[in-house]
Amino acid sequence: MDVAIVAASMTDFGEHDSWIRDLLAEAGQACLDAAPLDREAVEHLYVSNMASGEFEGQTGVMNALAHDLGLLGVYTQRVDQTSASGGAGIYAAWQSVASGASECTLLVGGEKMTHRSTGEATDVIASLTHPVEYKHGVTLPSFAGLTARRYMDRFDAPRESLAEVAVKNHANGTNNPHAQFQTEIDVSTVLESPIVADPLRLYDFCPITDGAAALLFCPADVAAEYTDDYVVVSGIAGATDTHVVHERAEPTWMTGVEESGDEALTMAGRSIDDVDVAELHDMFTILEVLQLEALGVADRGEGWQLAQDGVTALDGAFPVNPSGGLKSKGHPLGASGVAQVVELYEQLLGRAGERQVNADIALACNVGGFGNCVTTTVLEGAR
Amino acid sequence: MTEDSDQPGLIAHRCPKGHLTYPGHTRCPECDQAQTETVDLSDREGEVITWTENTATPPGVREPNTLAIVAFEVAGESVRVIGQVDGAVEIGDIVEPVYVEQLRDPQAGIREPASQSWDGHRFRRVE
Repeated sequence: MDVAIVAASMTDFGEHDSWIRDLLAEAGQACLDAAPLDREAVEHLYVSNMASGEFEGQTGVMNALAHDLGLLGVYTQRVDQTSASGGAGIYAAWQSVASGASECTLLVGGEKMTHRSTGEATDVIASLTHPVEYKHGVTLPSFAGLTARRYMDRFDAPRESLAEVAVKNHANGTNNPHAQFQTEIDVSTVLESPIVADPLRLYDFCPITDGAAALLFCPADVAAEYTDDYVVVSGIAGATDTHVVHERAEPTWMTGVEESGDEALTMAGRSIDDVDVAELHDMFTILEVLQLEALGVADRGEGWQLAQDGVTALDGAFPVNPSGGLKSKGHPLGASGVAQVVELYEQLLGRAGERQVNADIALACNVGGFGNCVTTTVLEGAR
Repeated sequence: MTEDSDQPGLIAHRCPKGHLTYPGHTRCPECDQAQTETVDLSDREGEVITWTENTATPPGVREPNTLAIVAFEVAGESVRVIGQVDGAVEIGDIVEPVYVEQLRDPQAGIREPASQSWDGHRFRRVE
């Protein structure tokens, strides 16, 4: 059964006074308000969230949301796949409709983080690591530094080429009213910012963010009864790589991205060459480059050239992260994978305003850990 | 499987086919067999694959915190280890493990202190 997305919403990403329950409810209510179906149609409710218990001491957020949205009686479940919780939520929502278990499923992803210091938030995220990593103080940014140094050494990639990823995504973010950052930067902004995990600097990293995003799923034939404005999930697949990052044979190759991307595209009956626009998980600049290679957009060792050459720019041959990406839009962990698809929904329906690209087929790649868990989704316009 | 905590070794685990991993796993990730042997890497030398100096560290972690991924060769099989670094290193440097009783303050972070060990090995360049 073809599964459609018939409504999408997101809160502004940034610093909010409201807490996780309110963020989820704001995005969920906005999605139901925008939906062509009545809220009584909703049968399943999924909440993508990594760590509301650790950040805020609030667990059971899926039940809280069902109550707050007046959806009592639905089946509900929280989906955690760390930073890839959003993509995993899309997979769960797609499964629920494709299997016939639910005629209408609401997915809301969200995270509340900014009340914690950078060190505390980094520690919550680093708690996904293995004990032999955690005891050395290994963090996700340190994986990025280790991998970026290896990549630059092995492929002679200039340091500036990674900065170009941040410059592009900040430029895109200036056209996204929901983005945390609305400021253009240049290569020198990145290269003169403080070192975080050498050779990477502050502007190579996404910020710490509060926010939520939501999507409403139903069978495509049901969607067609209500509206012309929907998109179809034509392919979706998840994959895992090692939990212990140093056990990977080659640190610069994202096997989980390769496997989930191949499988999602095969399911859609498409190749990467058919894709018009992508939202990739640029938690760190190096990750956008590695995903471009693992998805087959660039040859191995050449992904660094694409931002520099303008290929991935808004007006390039393969626009990447028109939303501004995690880098500029922000990264409320559980919301990010959902927000990627919110952006592609808007793009495929021609509603993306100043950042609109010409696209019929779109791909989202949501990464948890440092490529530990990955979900890739292929979306196509209905018309 | 938890890593060994009652001895200051740097213990890699080996399956009957010779695949080595650090840390150990319930089953060998390469061939799904149970890992039946251990190899102590603490008296061996390894090569730096890559490194970083982290200058924004979480609570209880030294700052800056230099980390490296180091490859050890054991009977023709490569096994990699991540760890803190004492001093400076470059890619390709030969390093040796040095035992440290406490790598970070177990009380300062989010992880339950009793759930894992906090001692281990830092890497130091072999001159």
